[in-house]
Amino acid sequence: MSTVTKAFKKTDLNTDFEVRTQHSMCVNQSALDKPLLSNFKFAVAGALFGIILVKSEVISWFRIQEMFRLQSFHMYGVIGSAIVVGIISVFIIKKFKIRSIDGEPIYFESKKLNKGQIYGGLLFGFGWALTGACPGPLFAQIGTGSTVIIVTLFSAIMGTWVYGYFRENLPH
Amino acid sequence: MSFIEWMRQPWPWYVAGPLIGLTVPALLILGNKSFGVSSSLRHVCAACMPANIPFFKYDWKKEVWNLFFAGGILFGGMITAFFLSSPDPVVVDPKLATELAGYGVTNTQGLVPKDLFNWENLLSLKGIILMIGGGFLVGFGTRYAGGCTSGHAIMGISTLQLPSLIATCCFMIGGFFFANIIIPLILKL
Repeated sequence: MSTVTKAFKKTDLNTDFEVRTQHSMCVNQSALDKPLLSNFKFAVAGALFGIILVKSEVISWFRIQEMFRLQSFHMYGVIGSAIVVGIISVFIIKKFKIRSIDGEPIYFESKKLNKGQIYGGLLFGFGWALTGACPGPLFAQIGTGSTVIIVTLFSAIMGTWVYGYFRENLPH
Repeated sequence: MSFIEWMRQPWPWYVAGPLIGLTVPALLILGNKSFGVSSSLRHVCAACMPANIPFFKYDWKKEVWNLFFAGGILFGGMITAFFLSSPDPVVVDPKLATELAGYGVTNTQGLVPKDLFNWENLLSLKGIILMIGGGFLVGFGTRYAGGCTSGHAIMGISTLQLPSLIATCCFMIGGFFFANIIIPLILKL
């Protein structure tokens, strides 16, 4: 338990944290220093998530077109029920103050409202319709053997880089 | 019907959706991680080409779990393709199928339309817009918005964050506009 408290104190000195969180989800909330291989469990979680994405056809370009053309309920059902389960899970975690398996209290970061969510959101919507994929499905599509999507993924990485390059000049 | 045969069928939304939702508490409990994928693209930039850009100057090694997660998704895709793929073609809404056939997109075998997304098409105008342009917008837009479908629509709304709800609405508006108005024009090229 004492190592855990020590690890929390370290966050006070961690100036890197602010840079990492800038307009970013998916930021690591844990203050614990863990060996590289301890991340293997996240690869297992990713693999399970990938299997779900493929088997539910969420990564299908056709399903995405049907969603945006209101020709099928499937995607709305998937995203809607995922959100409902997510809300209930987060409520339970907060209510019972459930801790992570390392004994840390679970921390939720609040997101700041800015214009990026509007402009960026619209641009991502365009890209989602074109490719039929958000970032997760890009990885899954490559895994299922659509090797050409490697180019799309590389292009997405370049898009992120160009955003970083022009970030200071964009309205936020 | 054997278990494997049963697994091979496409999974209905009421099975897949709740399982995707459970990824949220799973990652929180496994290591206090917020569910999200698009940040992995940022970490690749920070690791491979930070180019002195402040946005990429951070210790990406602290976020390496996210790259493991993304790699896992790719591996999950491979597992499914090898062991769990459904032998039947993807069922496409007849209205959509008819319209796509008009643009020469007739192959609905597989999840990615092979008539559009293939190496031969990569340097055609249509291919450049769909694969390279589309990918660029996904990477640029998600980072500008601060998250993607997982980070905003699922994780963000699960924690009742207004910015995530706004972002999700904008994803949908952008997608509706492109899928209904712009993509038909591109497919006619």
